[in-house]
Amino acid sequence: MSEYLIKNGHVFDPVQGIKGDKKDIAIKDGKIVDKVGSGAKVIDASGKTVMAGAVEIHAHIAGPKVNLGRIYRPEDKLFSCTPTHGMERMGGGASIPTTFKTGYEYAKMGYTTAMEAAMPPLFARHVHEEIRDTPIIDEGAFPVFGNNWFVLEYLKNQEVENTAAYIAWMLRVTKGYAVKVVNPGGTEAWAWGLNCLSVNDPVPYFDITPAEIVKGLIEANEYLGLPHSMHIHPNNLGNPGCYETTLDTLKLAEGYKAKNTFGREQVMHLTHSQFHSYKGTNWGDFESGAKEITDYVNKNKNITIDTGNVTLDETTTMTADGPFEHHLTGLNHLKWANCDVELETAAGVVPYIYSPNISVCAIQWAIGLEIPLMMKDPMRCYITTDHPNAGPFTRYPRVIKWLMSKKARDTQVNAFKHKDKVLSQTSIGELDREISLYELAQMTRAGPAKSLGLTAICGGLKPGMDADVAVYNFNPDKPVANPDDIETAFSRCAAVFKSGVQVVSNGEIVGTGNKRTLWVNVKVNDNPQVMRDINEKFVKYYSMTQNNYEALGHHFVPNPFALEVDATQA
Amino acid sequence: MKNPPALYLEADNVSPDAFAGKTAAQIAELSVHEGNTTPTLGKYFEVKGDAGATAADTKIVVKGDVKRVKYLGFKMSAGELVIEGTTDLYVGAWMTGGKILAKGDVAAFAATAMKGGELVIEGNAGNYLGAAYRGDWRGMSGGKILVKGDAGSDIGMYMTGGEIVVNGNVDVHAMTHAEGGKLIVKGNAKSKLGGQMVKGTIYVFGNIEVMMPGFKPNGEVELEVEGTKAKFAHFLGDIGERHGKSKGVVVYGNLYKKI
Repeated sequence: MSEYLIKNGHVFDPVQGIKGDKKDIAIKDGKIVDKVGSGAKVIDASGKTVMAGAVEIHAHIAGPKVNLGRIYRPEDKLFSCTPTHGMERMGGGASIPTTFKTGYEYAKMGYTTAMEAAMPPLFARHVHEEIRDTPIIDEGAFPVFGNNWFVLEYLKNQEVENTAAYIAWMLRVTKGYAVKVVNPGGTEAWAWGLNCLSVNDPVPYFDITPAEIVKGLIEANEYLGLPHSMHIHPNNLGNPGCYETTLDTLKLAEGYKAKNTFGREQVMHLTHSQFHSYKGTNWGDFESGAKEITDYVNKNKNITIDTGNVTLDETTTMTADGPFEHHLTGLNHLKWANCDVELETAAGVVPYIYSPNISVCAIQWAIGLEIPLMMKDPMRCYITTDHPNAGPFTRYPRVIKWLMSKKARDTQVNAFKHKDKVLSQTSIGELDREISLYELAQMTRAGPAKSLGLTAICGGLKPGMDADVAVYNFNPDKPVANPDDIETAFSRCAAVFKSGVQVVSNGEIVGTGNKRTLWVNVKVNDNPQVMRDINEKFVKYYSMTQNNYEALGHHFVPNPFALEVDATQA
Repeated sequence: MKNPPALYLEADNVSPDAFAGKTAAQIAELSVHEGNTTPTLGKYFEVKGDAGATAADTKIVVKGDVKRVKYLGFKMSAGELVIEGTTDLYVGAWMTGGKILAKGDVAAFAATAMKGGELVIEGNAGNYLGAAYRGDWRGMSGGKILVKGDAGSDIGMYMTGGEIVVNGNVDVHAMTHAEGGKLIVKGNAKSKLGGQMVKGTIYVFGNIEVMMPGFKPNGEVELEVEGTKAKFAHFLGDIGERHGKSKGVVVYGNLYKKI
């Protein structure tokens, strides 16, 4: 493999504590190394910012619900298509881009790893076919467990060991990465025409509460010692007053400590926290609960969060929280699609326009920025848009602009139709903090990599790590003349390397890299009871056989990268 | 048209906006799409005369057989476009201003999501006139369309504003899902007229083949429509659909049929 030397860039690497020093980054055989030979290809990065490839911790970029959005929203591709050019295949879609466009757009912004946040196990094969067709970036997918019949039954009887064995089996057959929980119990309750809006609402028939599901899954996750923690979208998403449910959910992590060999410290990851930080009793007195949520998370080190920033765009919401999407279509009267996934989960899809002229949307925008600005430790708060729910991931450069520039935030606040309401219902006007480049590297690289248990592999520039490197046309020595320059610089990288292969040069795709599927292979002791239960459920309830269930082999996972976990001594 | 295309031609640059400020030679260099190739306008058309400085000062006359040409007047905002013959899909689609005169027939999707301006069709219009793009819920929102002949099915689908006048007959599904706007049919209408209509107004001078069951009679009124004074039967609907309130009163779609 070729050698590269990225010379004289301003390097920001929280893994090594490098804060903008001028340094050379050497790449050899796909890894970061101390030095390379004189024959190495030199990339001049003087006057530029150099960081590790960014890590996406939560986005909906592959699978049946994403594709349902693509199919039922042809208008999303209107005027957003790019024809084949250079190395790029054709692509299209604004909020739900095609797989190829997804890979290219992430790479051009300097992202080299991304996690699909909700994989319905029954459709794991579909998820992996889309992951396979998304070029460049390494991807993993989180199977959803929070409404799964096996989990509900085992946890009802406090059978953590059986739950763990089932999780291990599921991660193996679906080539999954982590334990995802969406509206625990609520999506299953919805199959009975109900929902779980608090952590104590019992799930019909199963007679278990969301609190019991969450605690049980944390225990199972730590019993196995998985790289990532339980990753949760709590109950009662998106309703005024929901911050109380969120706090109740966060408190379920109290007393638990991370147990793993991957350097992860949290036991719960709260995703798209913006959607879960609402105060007020209705949409009229709707206000921010960012302070209450961040005060709690700042004090409790066993929790990490991501933001879920509203980007003020027309987008497509999609979640395994089926009842929420039904509620949303009743609010905005736009088309609704829904899908039940037998025994496991469900999903809904509704288009949504976050209009700057609607006060609720403007307040949501402010809450999404308050959270990262109020979080004391950027290693525990990561930038996401819950793509495409709060906005498309292609807007990360704009979110970065808002976080790095108070002036940019003020400009947006002044452009809102209901500016006074935004200022009275949130504290966005009083927050003077501007995120530094070092903090940005923590929030988009080192932080999410640590939370995912990938510290040894990506998110940093330490010799021995994968050579995922992004070079931005941004000179930290020069004052920012116009905040829009930040957005421009972070939109298109000067150069990006993925596992030591150059994939972007001057904002254009120049290589497709060595795309891998990340998954977690857990070794557990034989558990005949769980295997019998699985066989029985397939015979009795599933509409397919086990032989057609597993995502196996080159067709689905052509280039796997398994993180090995040994839980036989647990 | 000097050199007819073998495939359908997507001429999305034939608009006063794209032509403005250009000489005949520069206009001939504008791109068009034929299949997967992107040649120039000059390959197919002889371009005579220079454009005005702005779109508003530019008038385009398209001559010859353009039956296989799509997207004439695409996204135009001002100026004038005259199409002398019958033409294909998407005439005046996404137009926001200016005036188009089509002397022959136009095929489907003319004035898709039109926001303003005027489109006059002397022949017949195809399906989906003034409708929303596939999958979209935002149809024609402003401007005026006049069809001197007949119009096809699904016209004014998801219409939110503006006005469509059809001198002849219309096919099924006119103004489906409409949330505003006005449709005047001087001839006859077929079935599913105003289905799932939330707001907006339809006038029919001739017969309605099958009335939607979701429209309820609301008496008779004397009206003057397009210069014709007559008595109309009034219907409210579609009552199967959601309806908002204005000042405490539920707002329905209105359907008037000349008696």
